[in-house]
Amino acid sequence: MNEIIRLSATELAAKLRAGEITSVAAVQAHLDRIAEVDGGEHGVHAFLHVNTEEALAVAAEVDAIRAAGGAEAEALHPFAGVPIAIKDLIVTKGQPTTAASKMLEGWMSPYDATVIEKIRAAKLPMLGKTNLDEFAMGSSTEHSAYGATRNPWDLNRIPGGSGGGSAAAVAAFEAPLALGTDTGGSIRQPGAVTGTVGVKPTYGGVSRYGAIAMASSLDQIGPVTRTVLDSAYLHELIGGHDAADSTSLNEPVPALIAAAETGASGDMTGVRVGVIKELQGEGYEAGVQARFDESLEALRAAGAEIVEVSCPNFKYALGAYYLISTSEVSSNLAKFDGVRFGTRVLPTEGPLTIERVMGATRAAGFGEEVKRRIILGTYALSAGYYDAYYGSAQKVRTLIQRDFEAAFEHADVLISPTCPTVAFELGSKVDDPLAMYLNDIATIPANMAGIPGITIPGGLSEGLPVGIQFLAPAREDARLYRAGAALEKLLEDKWGGRLLDQAPELSAATGGVA
Amino acid sequence: MTSHIDELVDFDVALEKYDPVLGFEVHVELNTKTKMFSAAPNVFGDTPNTNVTPVCLGLPGVLPVVNKTAVEYAIMIGLALNCKIAERCGFARKNYFYPDTPKNFQTSQYDDPIAYDGWIDIELEDGEVFRVEIERAHMEEDAGKLTHMGGSTGRIQGADYSLVDYNRSGVPLVEIVTKTIEGAGKRAPELAKAYVAAIREIVKALDVSDAKMERGNVRCDANVSLMLKGAEKFGTRTETKNVNSLRAVEHAVRFEIERHAAVLNSGAAIVQETRHWHEDTRTTTSGRPKSDADDYRYFPEPDLVPVVTTLEWIEELRSRLPEPPAERRKRLQADWGYSDAEFRDVVNAGITEQIEETIAAGTTAAVARKWWMGEIARLANAADKDVIDLGVTPATIVELNSLIEAKKINDKIARQVLEYVVGGEGTPSEIVEKRSLAVVNDDSALGAAVDDAIAAMPDVVEKIKAGKMAAIGALMGPVMKATRGQADAGRVRELVLEKLGLAG
Repeated sequence: MNEIIRLSATELAAKLRAGEITSVAAVQAHLDRIAEVDGGEHGVHAFLHVNTEEALAVAAEVDAIRAAGGAEAEALHPFAGVPIAIKDLIVTKGQPTTAASKMLEGWMSPYDATVIEKIRAAKLPMLGKTNLDEFAMGSSTEHSAYGATRNPWDLNRIPGGSGGGSAAAVAAFEAPLALGTDTGGSIRQPGAVTGTVGVKPTYGGVSRYGAIAMASSLDQIGPVTRTVLDSAYLHELIGGHDAADSTSLNEPVPALIAAAETGASGDMTGVRVGVIKELQGEGYEAGVQARFDESLEALRAAGAEIVEVSCPNFKYALGAYYLISTSEVSSNLAKFDGVRFGTRVLPTEGPLTIERVMGATRAAGFGEEVKRRIILGTYALSAGYYDAYYGSAQKVRTLIQRDFEAAFEHADVLISPTCPTVAFELGSKVDDPLAMYLNDIATIPANMAGIPGITIPGGLSEGLPVGIQFLAPAREDARLYRAGAALEKLLEDKWGGRLLDQAPELSAATGGVA
Repeated sequence: MTSHIDELVDFDVALEKYDPVLGFEVHVELNTKTKMFSAAPNVFGDTPNTNVTPVCLGLPGVLPVVNKTAVEYAIMIGLALNCKIAERCGFARKNYFYPDTPKNFQTSQYDDPIAYDGWIDIELEDGEVFRVEIERAHMEEDAGKLTHMGGSTGRIQGADYSLVDYNRSGVPLVEIVTKTIEGAGKRAPELAKAYVAAIREIVKALDVSDAKMERGNVRCDANVSLMLKGAEKFGTRTETKNVNSLRAVEHAVRFEIERHAAVLNSGAAIVQETRHWHEDTRTTTSGRPKSDADDYRYFPEPDLVPVVTTLEWIEELRSRLPEPPAERRKRLQADWGYSDAEFRDVVNAGITEQIEETIAAGTTAAVARKWWMGEIARLANAADKDVIDLGVTPATIVELNSLIEAKKINDKIARQVLEYVVGGEGTPSEIVEKRSLAVVNDDSALGAAVDDAIAAMPDVVEKIKAGKMAAIGALMGPVMKATRGQADAGRVRELVLEKLGLAG
């Protein structure tokens, strides 16, 4: 394997700045890796679109600026020239955006998302668009209209979802960085099952403008990387106030890089870590629980004060989430009707009226899971049911926020397994929506409360990655980076390297395991 | 199904048996520079689909941002309608599929309007004041404009295809909703017209809307129901949509009262539905059934944060309010020296501003009133139009009056000139020139005509010499005839007296 692709983004950026390698070489190495492992019948299939020409052009531009030196080179973002992959839910000019749906097949956005403008301004070459569950609805990436993504640890298993493409791309060394979106765990759960790092920022911390909305009150864009420090750099780059997003926080991005650097000492002295009673034990696989307990021991040994906290209302979180998110989905996805953009399907018989064209388009354009949630949400908002469903769910949301407030009186950060199981086999839960939904039991509360969360690799169970999640109060994203970087350091010292070093080698051509 | 009633019940007969109950929803398009939730320009009449951004097209990924000026305008309207202003209010999504609504939901306000619980006093033609209570005024966005092509009705049913212009999509609206209005009796149509006129007057005075009904800046949905006199329960209502002129509001309410009475008298029930108003036939026809069960699945708009109004902000906006129309009217009547009856006629005709502008442009109050209430009103009536839609401007009147004062034309010719102005022939001066209408006050030609008249009517001359000055009128006819009506009557009189040695 080309050593360039195994570098973390921070390591690669340093070599670019030092002139040891060029950005063109770095981008080409990743394009080669994508060509090697992503395609084919048993490929990872992390990418829906590969942006070869533009990525190389941006890389060449960065190389030219660096070669010329002077003020322009000095002014480059530290990550300039480091390639990145973009979840295909985020709109990009010049590259298709599909949301992994037939509904947007061939659609080109006339505008860039705010985060994409920032990526362009910082001159990170975009490698392409990554796969997801259609419109970000799912926990396995099997609900993509363009085929499932495979987990690089075991190509017969799911890479998590909805952002399985971004997580698998980073885990398979096809990209050092990626952007994801997290509505109920779509960054963190894929991060956990692929042995990567993923962060859901505080709601409002990163502009949502240009992220195709699933559930507006829950969605957040965040970083997907292989190290905590890489996530901190990417988070600082994409974060901050945006006048185009009314829900974006009007305050500066916290000092996340500094927090990650502090944490990297491994010292947790004086940090109170709250173990959420309700997010462990029953329902959590023994191997997951074992890795979680070991993480607690490592933190305790590093000086952390481990306390137990209780969040009794979390038992309602999953139900409330599937009422609020589906309600918003039913409205947010109404615009996909074939009238102004995207797929238009005409009815095969009967009169050609606008209602029937809309109906035929939506019947053909949306997949089963999307339809299931639109129907559920439409029902939940209906007259006569609104109070019982949407109204009650909003009350649960308030209760969950109060549970967190109470918990954070006793702890600086909270900790839990990111998800209850390791990656399951492709196809094993696709016909059982409830079993699929249970995967997000530990990640959903953070979205319901608007607080930030991070997942970092916590070791292996039966050869598959386990994720450890930290949660912090709203606007205290820096605490995640402090604690996350510390645990990362403690565990890597124990393993003698990164968890992904233990991942099986992917072979060329077939993409199969060597 | 709708009951089909060909015969209407005469209005006065209907009102002997039933009491009408009214309610109005008036949509006011704000004249902000940009749209309610996007930076697209808010301009009327541009090439279709040019004043758009990804936001007002509802493209994937976009988010709305509230236009602060639109919020300020909404608060000003609320204050002018004596409403309470919410300390905190939010937006909601009204979900329904229709191609003029790009997101397939309208962002509106639902259970927390920015302004609520207000009132407005409406002065009727005879001076009686009727208080209409305002339930709420809330902010929302306009839909795009659909044009249905093919088919005979211009409606979506039967059309071959439809064109949609999203320039109007997202234009800021304030919807003003009245509480139920009872007790108007047979004045209901008049009250309806006066109410909409008052709203238009207010938003124009506030300068928050262009307030042109013909452009749809102010649109009225009129709710009408009838209840038997003495009954306690309201009847079933119908909602006549988009009645877009003051006269149409009056006529639509009158028509619905006559139609409801006919349906009820026949023993049938009124269907709760929307009705379409047809200006050509002055009738309404059935639209779509509407029931309280219409399910728009309202829920709070998660992409927007609540609007919070501070007391300082509200007071600052209150200080920007112009003189309230009622007080303004009191002041104008005093300034102009009109009697109560004269002034009321002016107000009822909806031409207060025209008169004010005419006076400001240089005529006396009496001259302004003479023209607007006289010949212009007569022409409007003959053309079946509102006075302000006739195309006569204050400048027209000032010009006409100065032509009279300069003795270029007389009153009679001036009225003719006005007719030509209405006919679109140009300005008064252009018309006088083009049609050679200038009065004959060239003394030699006029003198000859007077001489002829004196010679032809010796008995009249005798009467004049005997001091019966009124007899001069008898000479006027032949003189006018000889000059084809273009003689200046005053000069003719002077010449007669001069020639008979009676001058001075």
